[in-house]
Amino acid sequence: MQLMLRISKKIGANILEKKLYIVRCGEVALKGMNKPYFERILLERVRKAIECYEDAEAKWIDGLMFVRVPADIPEDDVIAKCVRVFGVASVSPAVEAPKNIDEIGRVAAEFMQKIIDEEGVQTFKVKGKRADKSFAVQSPEIGRIVGAIILKSCKVLRVDVHDPQVTLTVDVRREGAYIFRDKIRGFGGLPLGTNGKGLILMSGGIDSPVAAFMMAKRGMSIEAVHFHSYPYTSQRAQKKVEDLVRVLAGYMGTVRMHVINLLPIQEQIVTHCPEDETTLLVRRFMMRIAEAIAVKNGDMMLITGEDLGQVASQTAEALVVTDSVVKMPVMRPLIAMDKVDIMDKAREIGTYDISIQPYEDCCTVFLPKHPVTKPKLDRIEASESALDVQALVDAAVASEEIIEIRP
Amino acid sequence: MIYLDNSATTRQYDEVTELMYRMAKENYGNPSSLHALGFDAGNILFDARRNIEDLMYPGGEVIFTSGGTESDNMALISTARKMKRRGSRILTTRVEHPAVLETCRRLADDGFSVEYLNVDKTGCVDPDDVAAALSDDTILVSIMTVNNETGAIMPVLPAAKAVRDYNRQHGTRIVFHTDAVQAFGKIPMDDAQFDLVSVSGHKFHGPKGIGFLYMNKDLKLPAFITGGGQENGYRSSTENTTGIAGLGLAARMSHDDLMGKMTKMAEVNGYLRKGLMTELPDVILNGPEELGFTLHDYGKRCPSVLNVTFKGTRGEVLLHTLEQDRIYVSTGSACSSHKTGDSHVLQAMGLDHKAIEGAIRFSFSEFNTIEEMDEVIEKTKAAVTRFRKLGSFR
Repeated sequence: MQLMLRISKKIGANILEKKLYIVRCGEVALKGMNKPYFERILLERVRKAIECYEDAEAKWIDGLMFVRVPADIPEDDVIAKCVRVFGVASVSPAVEAPKNIDEIGRVAAEFMQKIIDEEGVQTFKVKGKRADKSFAVQSPEIGRIVGAIILKSCKVLRVDVHDPQVTLTVDVRREGAYIFRDKIRGFGGLPLGTNGKGLILMSGGIDSPVAAFMMAKRGMSIEAVHFHSYPYTSQRAQKKVEDLVRVLAGYMGTVRMHVINLLPIQEQIVTHCPEDETTLLVRRFMMRIAEAIAVKNGDMMLITGEDLGQVASQTAEALVVTDSVVKMPVMRPLIAMDKVDIMDKAREIGTYDISIQPYEDCCTVFLPKHPVTKPKLDRIEASESALDVQALVDAAVASEEIIEIRP
Repeated sequence: MIYLDNSATTRQYDEVTELMYRMAKENYGNPSSLHALGFDAGNILFDARRNIEDLMYPGGEVIFTSGGTESDNMALISTARKMKRRGSRILTTRVEHPAVLETCRRLADDGFSVEYLNVDKTGCVDPDDVAAALSDDTILVSIMTVNNETGAIMPVLPAAKAVRDYNRQHGTRIVFHTDAVQAFGKIPMDDAQFDLVSVSGHKFHGPKGIGFLYMNKDLKLPAFITGGGQENGYRSSTENTTGIAGLGLAARMSHDDLMGKMTKMAEVNGYLRKGLMTELPDVILNGPEELGFTLHDYGKRCPSVLNVTFKGTRGEVLLHTLEQDRIYVSTGSACSSHKTGDSHVLQAMGLDHKAIEGAIRFSFSEFNTIEEMDEVIEKTKAAVTRFRKLGSFR
């Protein structure tokens, strides 16, 4: 009985038509000795990305990843899911043909006809590739023969080798021949989880989500910490940060966010320290608290969205002053980027429109009129001596609230 | 919980909730159906309509709508459509609700010219300005009855009279509309004569999503929503019978001893004002000094609203501080770090950004008590003092 069931299931799976997608990896291919490790993780990530489709499968064959998904699922949807996986360089919807030049030509002509019906193209060219050198026809020949078959079959077409509307690639490989047209670019980078774990200091602004994204793209798993000053900031401001992290979670899976009310510390600073140093002193506390949380959670470095010279607290002198309170490395992936480029990146990853909603974050609450731009470390430390730094940090860490944000 | 945001919305009367529950469960017929269930539903509509007409001045009919915003849209757009051959000028004020201002802007895009009357520092327009601004190509005057942010009772009585006089002398027909969303159920509306009045159910302990436009019977406006011909053809759509029943009951209940309720609100309002101003320095009243109790008291303030600026603070922070003690109020600025969020009403009254930033609106209902105000005064004092101590360097 069980055997029967298994057999019928298998038949069912065979009947269901699947569509092929060729996924190419970028740098993973360059990783030498560690290549199998990176490939395995990337395969896991892609499988995770497509697990929402029943009967989807992914496997490596000779340096390319072959993803097969039931044909009724829209192509755009599958592509969008695959290009979001860090480490993926590009994706192509493809068709498969037996390794026989006439058969390849027939399948390619069918593929082309569909494109003509949908888009009304008139010019094309065919590029042949022969990874399997035992195949009798050489690369330029493949292109020519397949091109001739397509021309014969699709009357409306002309060949244009210089500026074709459609370029078909025929790739003859060990296990079969593949025909595809577009290469949809992915973000590149390295598979998530292959490069440690970091803690992003997440505000509601434009920069920090981009910084988190860029580190994640290099394979780093991300945790977040968010500081607020309720009731000096509103719950809506925190909701905005959650919305931002939810966008990021679309790339990196569920993100844990530590939420901390900074108001008790800000009150102490405002009461006991010079006004023009407020922002910097607050930043120093943020770094200390973030480091304590990172240590507790096994995060090996801190990440910030700081950008050299963008505001008073991000001048070179200010960064020296904020950096000096932590031992952990602090990653600042945006440090040398221009604001406009950061904004473009934010648009590209889908966080920009959320970031520009006008809710207050805790950085703007106690903004001094004329903040220091060239702070001296000894002066800042002297101002800080009015505070019981360790006790304030401990209390803040103890008060943390943890939220899990799912995609 | 102390709810002092009654100009935003109110707690529904329990009786209204129960009636609507019964309606939804048992009396769910469509008034257009011929059978008994439909007939019963029709009767409920009839009763609700009569209830409301009793509370308004005579000569008008009730058109049920989805609320104040739709009523304002219908009043302005349908009048403009009807009168467009006669003229193209619309007269309104700078302090109207966005439902009126944005609709006017749309009409301006369609080729109408809109003139906005200024207000004085208490937020009222001068009735003489209204009379002086009327001209041959004026087709519509729209002035709110009570301002939602300051509680200022606007001079709608003399303004409507000026329009009537002008119409008689010049043999013309300028339509007078008033947005009474903050007035109906809070101040008597029966002693007046307007062409169009907008009302919203949830502002007087009725349900949300239901309201009406009270329209002078001789003013045959074109249909606003076309379809099956409900609401005398003005506003097609199967009647929201549950909402209308709730609205009718809430209208009657809120007007039951209305003067007594207003007196109580005036006491609560005055008590809070006095308490805040004695306990705290630098508290400025935004809006008229004196409280008024009828539409004849224009230039005074409806007892339902108290708007004050706590100098050197941010209203939004005070709001979030008070919400921790479950005291709910409203601010004059949506987001204190962005000038664009500043109240257009307070701006029109000449307040600068700092003063608007520190503004809090307390708005009352018949359910608020003096005892509650003692707590509000204490908690507000603590919040303001804390902010001023911290924010003094700003």
